[in-house]
Amino acid sequence: MDAILGQVHEVVAWAFALANEYDVSSLIEAGVFFLFAGLALLFACGVIFLRNVVHSALSLTATFICVACLYLSIGADFMGAVQILVYGGAVAVLIVMAIMLTRRDDMAHSNPSRGLLQHVAAAVVAGLFLLGMAAVAVLSPFQSAPLPLGDAAPGLADLMLTHYVLPFEVAAVLLLIAMIGAIVLAKGADER
Amino acid sequence: MMNIMEFMQLATHVGLHHFLLFSAILFAIGLFGLLTKKGLIPILMCVELMLNAVNINLVAFNHYMPVPDYSGQLMAIFSVAVAASEIAVGVALAFRIYRDYGTVNVDELKEMKG
Repeated sequence: MDAILGQVHEVVAWAFALANEYDVSSLIEAGVFFLFAGLALLFACGVIFLRNVVHSALSLTATFICVACLYLSIGADFMGAVQILVYGGAVAVLIVMAIMLTRRDDMAHSNPSRGLLQHVAAAVVAGLFLLGMAAVAVLSPFQSAPLPLGDAAPGLADLMLTHYVLPFEVAAVLLLIAMIGAIVLAKGADER
Repeated sequence: MMNIMEFMQLATHVGLHHFLLFSAILFAIGLFGLLTKKGLIPILMCVELMLNAVNINLVAFNHYMPVPDYSGQLMAIFSVAVAASEIAVGVALAFRIYRDYGTVNVDELKEMKG
């Protein structure tokens, strides 16, 4: 009992020491990161494990919005806005529309998975990948030197219209091609 | 006890490693879904999850590494443009497959199977 109490005291003392050592903004940063990262991972699991595909789509949108909040928390304000507009708006609507167009009778079981064997194989593959990536991420000696927070849009605009102007135009052409391709695919080139 | 405290101190100080680990887990979840789902639309959703994980890496590197400008975020924006085209074409393809074959279950689409 005394040992447990001693441990509790140690933890409390550590918490106070931590609060003194760090400035509060660092703790708030950690809280925001863990809140939104945890929510994003939870909703990402929901995309896979929910039975109804409409619920999956809703879960996917929630994941996108949590990721947008993470972008905002590290000062990527323009990227966060793009994430909400493009992913939370356009991609979510497209996916819901695709679900509507490919609808089947039984919506409650509209998100089927493969059998147990494939689940195990997929878990092994994804787990090995995760192990490799985590090892690289943890063991690499990155020095964190965060940029000061500021509005990123002017810097992005300067880069986009000077040094990266050719990729910018190529992206525009790519979007046009994708639009025409989507129309041709959905409508059918052989039909009038 | 000391080790746990050191670990907690490390864990509560958010840095590049946190974002890299988070995006690796998100990518692994997307990969798992990609390999286990049967429907065409859920597979597209999982691809979107994986693309999102990559974008998080780009933005986090741009913020935490000592770089002078916003190149990483710009790469992420180009990646978003590519992802948007991909999802548009993918949805059109799914719609076409549904109209031609009456199903979006990838196990039943085996016309080209040898």
